Amino acid sequence: MKVAISTEGKDLDAAVDTRFGRAKGFLVYDMDSNESVYVDNKQNLEAAQGAGIQSAKTVIDAGADAVITGNVGPKAFTTLNSAGVKIYLFKDGNVQKAIDQLRKGELKLTSNANVEGHW
Amino acid sequence: MNIAIASGKGGTGKTTISMSLASYYADKNISVAILDCDVEEPNVNLFLQAPVTEEVRTTVLIPQVDNSLCTGCGKCGEICEYSAIVLIKDKPLVLKEMCHSCGGCFLVCPEKAITEISRETGVVELGEINGIKYAGGRLNISEAMSPPLIKDVKEFYPEAEIRLLDSPPGTSCPVIESVRGCDFLLLVSEPTPFGLNDLKLAAEMARAMKLPFGIVENRASEGNTSLKDFCKKEDVPLLASIPNTREIAVRYSRGDSVSYIKEKYSSELERIALHIDSTVKAGVK
Repeated sequence: MKVAISTEGKDLDAAVDTRFGRAKGFLVYDMDSNESVYVDNKQNLEAAQGAGIQSAKTVIDAGADAVITGNVGPKAFTTLNSAGVKIYLFKDGNVQKAIDQLRKGELKLTSNANVEGHW
Repeated sequence: MNIAIASGKGGTGKTTISMSLASYYADKNISVAILDCDVEEPNVNLFLQAPVTEEVRTTVLIPQVDNSLCTGCGKCGEICEYSAIVLIKDKPLVLKEMCHSCGGCFLVCPEKAITEISRETGVVELGEINGIKYAGGRLNISEAMSPPLIKDVKEFYPEAEIRLLDSPPGTSCPVIESVRGCDFLLLVSEPTPFGLNDLKLAAEMARAMKLPFGIVENRASEGNTSLKDFCKKEDVPLLASIPNTREIAVRYSRGDSVSYIKEKYSSELERIALHIDSTVKAGVK
């Protein structure tokens, strides 16, 4: 399973970005092989609108089966949901901690957008 | 003649001035229509109380994809500026509330898999009372975009001699849509830091759109010359000053501030109307 984590940096020590649509980038982590690929999100970070939709497309195109992020808005949720991508919410910590918690089954799956658009 | 009433800051008295002018023109037997373009928070008919005789549903066009024809080429998603259609796992996903109805995806689809369907976004109410024709837009709850509905509101009563367009606050797309193509823009503001800040933005907007404009000062108070100074400095005509009085507030709270203003400030309304008339006739830009 591949999981895309919204992040402020490029490695496992970097903090998880609490924003999804306007995250700086995503670390797409393969839970089986422990390999990761960084995907830049600068273009969507600066988008006037539709950032959540395009970011969702970015992680779906990168092959992610799940997302770990701080918050997710309604349009990003709809888009991720259309591709069957699971969304886990995580706050306060780095990417490594988020992955560890996901492995231990400690992260909560969200079945709704937890914030309004443009929060 | 189309006269748009805008402000920048909200709650400065746009509707009060619009309504007072509508009443002024009606008293002179000039055919007048008031169009409530503030479709997210319409309030004209709270004051006008015109019985609504007709409701016209307004729609926008959005894409519908026939997945049996779609090959997943993604051209629809590439042309869309607003991410209203995106290719997800080789199938287009439509996020209808993002769609600006440009028709690009429909035109660009090589398989003709996209058709345009109507989606209701709101209603326009129509009515008439005391010689004033009324059209007011009301955007459906949860709709994100008001300009298409505002455009529909502006279609009504083209035969009226005077059309007053009561615009939304701010200077963003809904206001641009409301004031676009008008013959004169009346900016109603108040001498507060917030009022002045937004008035500057609204004046900038008027200049960028090359609209002749003038200012009405509302809730003027003695000793506060900030708004008057702005008009002088910017060389913008200050057409009227309505003072901040308890009586107007009391009347407003009862919903009959319009008749009071019309009576008490008839010379101010006259001055506004005459200035607009002469400016538009002279073709001043």
